Amino acid sequence: MKIAVLSGKGGTGKTFVSVNLAVATQNATYIDCDVEEPNGHLFLKPEHIQANPVHTLLPDFNTDKCTGCRKCVDFCRFNALAFIKGKPKVFPEICHSCGGCVLVCPAGAVAEHGHPVGRIEHGAFGDVSVVTGVLNLGEASAVPVIRAALAEGLTGERHTVIDCPPGSGCPVLESVSASDYCVLVAEPTAFGLHNLQMVVEMVRLLKKSCGIVINKMEDPYEPLEGFCRQSGIRVLCRIPYSETLAKLNAAAQIAYEHDESSRVLFDTLLQRIEAEVKL
Amino acid sequence: MKKLLILSGKGGTGKTTTAAAFIGFAKAEAFADCDVDAPNLHLVVQMDTKPEQTTYYGSQKATIQPEKCVGCGLCANTCRFHAIRFEAGRYAVNEYACEGCGVCAYVCPQQAVTLEADIAGIQALYRGKRVFSTATLRMGRGNSGKLVAAVKTALSEAAPDKELAIIDGSPGIGCPVIASISGVDMVLIIAEPSLSGFSDLKRILKTAAILGTRTVVCVNKADVSLENTEAIEQFCEAHGIPFVGRIPYDHQASMAINVGMSLADVPCPARDALQKVYAQTMKQLQGGAA
Amino acid sequence: MIIAIPVNENNAEPSICVSFGRAPWFLFHNTVTDETQIIKNPAANAEGGAGIKAAQFVVDHTANVLITVRGGENAAEVLLAADIQIYKAQGRTARENLSAFTEGKLEKLESFHAGFHHKQ
Repeated sequence: MKIAVLSGKGGTGKTFVSVNLAVATQNATYIDCDVEEPNGHLFLKPEHIQANPVHTLLPDFNTDKCTGCRKCVDFCRFNALAFIKGKPKVFPEICHSCGGCVLVCPAGAVAEHGHPVGRIEHGAFGDVSVVTGVLNLGEASAVPVIRAALAEGLTGERHTVIDCPPGSGCPVLESVSASDYCVLVAEPTAFGLHNLQMVVEMVRLLKKSCGIVINKMEDPYEPLEGFCRQSGIRVLCRIPYSETLAKLNAAAQIAYEHDESSRVLFDTLLQRIEAEVKL
Repeated sequence: MKKLLILSGKGGTGKTTTAAAFIGFAKAEAFADCDVDAPNLHLVVQMDTKPEQTTYYGSQKATIQPEKCVGCGLCANTCRFHAIRFEAGRYAVNEYACEGCGVCAYVCPQQAVTLEADIAGIQALYRGKRVFSTATLRMGRGNSGKLVAAVKTALSEAAPDKELAIIDGSPGIGCPVIASISGVDMVLIIAEPSLSGFSDLKRILKTAAILGTRTVVCVNKADVSLENTEAIEQFCEAHGIPFVGRIPYDHQASMAINVGMSLADVPCPARDALQKVYAQTMKQLQGGAA
Repeated sequence: MIIAIPVNENNAEPSICVSFGRAPWFLFHNTVTDETQIIKNPAANAEGGAGIKAAQFVVDHTANVLITVRGGENAAEVLLAADIQIYKAQGRTARENLSAFTEGKLEKLESFHAGFHHKQ
């Protein structure tokens, strides 16, 4: 069972829910796909970490073979190539690594080399296998690192919890792509509802089953409750706002390990998700 | 025009709430929402004009013409983005994964693949006494950086003589954040006093530094962990980053937002704290090097 | 020599465009023949890499000098590698800038802004 935990809005509690679900499940894998700002590792504090770099490909131009035909420059739809003083030149942060210039060169003058964009760290916390994707600072695109994190974590048959980035753009789509079920963590506020609606649309387009967890609830927020009813999406549980949980979270402590009611809550949530997935 | 950008690194720290409050305090007549992935500012700034809407075209997307396709699969094998799959007896392009590179069109021996214009979002510009520029990116589209740049350009062009522009940014450190930082006079980072928030703060600070932008920091929901708030304040001091204040957790804040009100109009502890943060931020913005 | 200027209009008195990469037109003035051409900028609607494409366009038109309000670091790299001198624009119109250049009143453009990173 592969569960993606997402929210649209940031700060609703994706990492809180993902980390605790992973700990509640036996022998789970936790994959942190929020590669721009990964946080799960702060709670899980994994040990025996192995790190591997993630590369994208950049073109190299062999000036001996280059005939100056400029087919590479003309082909590149991203304008990542310029032709200066008889030589092609690539601008790395614009290049999408599509390999087009390599293909169109009639003289075989274009090869590719690996350019590091991030790393994948793989460690363990008890019986939880912890995979963290980290994007290098200054790199614009999270997607290659997310892909590598999923490739590292999704080997084998373990139950997996995928902690997704905020928003509903490309990084989220990539993170959700391999999942069987999506847990949408919603915050009972106007902003939370607005962004939840965007991810529900996305999840529906991807034809994924989903359920909602309402987090940090003080009083029921009727527009959110109404939206859940109308859209027919099951509310899996409602987690009350609690200063205890806020403080545990601030100190990067795992609620499941320190708070009895959280243990009960996440055991129940896990059972409900398993029941939903079986349907 | 002096441009103040509000960022956070971590999501959910209070960027939009702060932006809305600052707009009220400053009686700002120019503001923008650069969180094109998940824009929220329009929910709290009450504009009384209808916006001008512009379609935003992103990169082109590939389409396979089924009548020409012979099913050789060369496109799918060459696509670096896993954007072409064999489904229901034919090869088809996944519009969410396609990056519009044109390699599939190049390799197809039947010339069955074309690249077409793709609507990637909608830009909205409200023009009146106040100018508000915002946009929404369509599901799963990239090019968020270019749309962010377009939102800022629309604001500068529609309100060139306004003194101050407040820009609500997005979480993270990637493309849309980098695009929003370009050309602003100062960044205010809203930090959260948790270990996650502190970790994310360091990454966004480094990102702003790489781009050479002046940055100031405040902590929201400071009383959730005074220990972490202290640590953040000390970190800023050690690194020469002006710390512009603390805002307490205030239940009334979300109640106000939920009814579309800016905190500038709601008497509460958060507002009082925000006013002080605003004063300090403006002092830094006006007093700083151009 | 050939002087290139990014401009907003294709008419007799075009105003200088604040953007280099996405300027709608480029004006090319030949100081030897005293001829002026205004050509559409192929990079005006580029998704990304507009500065690079516009710079390539200016290089391909054998310009020796570029007068611009500002430019990105990628564009600058292309232009400088092709030995094009870059000057900072003054005033509002292309004509004013051409006169100012001839009179030696323009200064070199020394600082270039970071790219907008339009990669997804």
